[in-house]
Amino acid sequence: MRHIISVLMENEPGALSRVVGLFSQRNYNIDSLTVAPTEDQSLSRLTLTTTGDERRIEQITKHLNKLVDVVKLVDLTEGAHIERELMLIKVKATGAQRAEVTRTTEIFRGQVVDLTNSVFSIQLTGTSDKLDAFITALGESIVLEVARTGVSGISRGEKVLTL
Amino acid sequence: MDQLSGGEALIRALHDEGVDIIFGYPGGAVLHIYDAIFNQDKIEHILVRHEQAATHAADGYARGTGKPGVVLVTSGPGATNAITGIATAYMDSIPMVVISGQVESRLIGSDGFQETDMVGVSRPVVKHSFMVQNAADIPLIVKKAFHIASTGRPGPVVIDLPKDVTDPKVKFDYAYPVDIKMRSYAVPAKGHSGQIKKAVDVLMAAKRPMIYAGGGVIQGEGAQMLTELTRELGFPITNTLMGLGAYPASDKQFVGMLGMHGTYEANMSMHYCDALLAIGVRFDDRVTNSDVTKFCPDATILHVDIDPASISKTVSADVPIVGSVISVLEEMLAQVKASKQKVDEKSLKVWWDQIAQWREKDSLGVTPSEDGITIKPQEVIQAVHAITEGDAYVSSDVGQHQMFAAQYYGFDKPRRWINSGGLGTMGFGFPAAMGIQFAFPDAISVCVTGEGSFQMNLQELATCMQYQLPIKIICLNNRALGMVKQWQDMQYGGRHSHSTYAESLPDFIKLAESYGHVGIRIENKSELNAKLEEAFALKDRLVFVDVLVDPEEHVYPMAIKGGAMKDMILSKSERT
Repeated sequence: MRHIISVLMENEPGALSRVVGLFSQRNYNIDSLTVAPTEDQSLSRLTLTTTGDERRIEQITKHLNKLVDVVKLVDLTEGAHIERELMLIKVKATGAQRAEVTRTTEIFRGQVVDLTNSVFSIQLTGTSDKLDAFITALGESIVLEVARTGVSGISRGEKVLTL
Repeated sequence: MDQLSGGEALIRALHDEGVDIIFGYPGGAVLHIYDAIFNQDKIEHILVRHEQAATHAADGYARGTGKPGVVLVTSGPGATNAITGIATAYMDSIPMVVISGQVESRLIGSDGFQETDMVGVSRPVVKHSFMVQNAADIPLIVKKAFHIASTGRPGPVVIDLPKDVTDPKVKFDYAYPVDIKMRSYAVPAKGHSGQIKKAVDVLMAAKRPMIYAGGGVIQGEGAQMLTELTRELGFPITNTLMGLGAYPASDKQFVGMLGMHGTYEANMSMHYCDALLAIGVRFDDRVTNSDVTKFCPDATILHVDIDPASISKTVSADVPIVGSVISVLEEMLAQVKASKQKVDEKSLKVWWDQIAQWREKDSLGVTPSEDGITIKPQEVIQAVHAITEGDAYVSSDVGQHQMFAAQYYGFDKPRRWINSGGLGTMGFGFPAAMGIQFAFPDAISVCVTGEGSFQMNLQELATCMQYQLPIKIICLNNRALGMVKQWQDMQYGGRHSHSTYAESLPDFIKLAESYGHVGIRIENKSELNAKLEEAFALKDRLVFVDVLVDPEEHVYPMAIKGGAMKDMILSKSERT
């Protein structure tokens, strides 16, 4: 099963490499990874998606917690949560394709953020599934380049991940 | 407040942390630090002959004393040479602080002379690491490093120090922190009382209980408490390779070491038990055998460990208890004593009768050679045990000799058996024995080794001469990489691919003598005792005892690959 794990860690040099190293060292997958400082500059928030059965996920969270730089973490998929991913996508768009791409973008509530005579650059936010669906809807043949941020997430309601 | 440079601050901080000995080797990036060492007399620096030996010596010191071992090496090759020793300590959860020099900050990343990314290279084999950026951070980083290395599940910590940070011209106001709090590092406290209660209930109801204790009991200073609890319960107990000495081997409740080369009775008791109290162990594959689904099929598993990640890693625990071993054992003992339900003595009697039958197999019985001349390796360990009255510190390397020492020495006290269990590092034993001898100058420090392992760190004969270390090296010389050869005998049709080298072995007697030590060769069983006694009588000399043993001997019992714990090969002709 797919899990989204959010980690608060010390904003120190090398902290990220410890997390990433742990995954390769123990043969765990990372499907996506995002990291940036939080409102408290001494802390970074790292969100990663991974897959595995309950036992594997338990080991992953235990080993993450063991890292000295990790302050706190939560498996967002254990409860109700919101997840988003941002995608910037460049597509070939000439002639009749331009109206088609624009309409598809509107349906998916994306925005065209740059264009030339033959290329549209589109921004789209949503769950990873939605982003996948958008690419399928456009047709892979016209896609020139895709830049996705990886999943970021937060739990629903009053639960917060903080110190 | 004193004005100190980074180099001086490092040495002062080590002293303030209670360190009195460090093992190291100088080089360009640590010259400022070595100058600071020269200018003081509080900390003794031991000059080894290879950085790997520095880490093993510090490791041996830590295993013997429980205090963190400290290592100082230079950048580049100095740092990479230390990696094997760091990994050895990491696998066995040994507290160690390794200070590595680094090129100047301005050169980092430029592929400078003797530059290596030590924080990166060591990352998978350390508990934590620090790269120091300012001299003024040194006291706090040293404090944190020792705190992390020695608390919780212990482990090695690396401090990487760029040369400019130790510059004698740059001084700062030195103050050593009294204590520290790290928001990202908490040491697990006591075990959960409710979980301990559950465990006690299982133990009281058990008909075929078993205690399986490992290195965590020794690391956590829980041996005494474990012994009290075990005696109170009257249950059989086994120790892992890492846990030997956690419970006295000469006690009647001890059924021997378990696992790949464990005793028949220990492995049978494990397989057939209905309640397993696992303490300070990690269900290593050398214990469980390769297929964990066949492990202790009838047992309710109670697992006590300070590291939550150890619990249910390979074998699922029915009652997990996270906490320091000593606190959990203490509370468990109190609950056992207060429990209304008592141990099922009737069933326990039946269980002990069964174990007595298994013991009759005498799986560690030694068959003397037919010619009466050839020495069996097991006989050497038995003789060493007799001569040292079981009271020596015994370090070992890795291979057949290690298993013979583990099986036949019979450790009655914790911290006496010093071996590389997890990583299985050949070359560990001799430098580790040096660490022991430095920690306990008056104790008998024995290194049981083989002619293969010994050649991986023999340069330390020079260190032993420099510091007059009277180590007794017992080399079980079978003219081959014995354990490799044993596997080749058993699984590869006797094809000894690159496991023999009899024609190119050095004359170990002359080798020892060339360093100024004493060498004794033993070839005939009739002279075994007398010559060993002669060696141990030379109390102030290092003696290399080269014992030519039967090269055909195998280590038994041996677990059958893919089987359960009850599946063992007992001799060249007998299987379970």
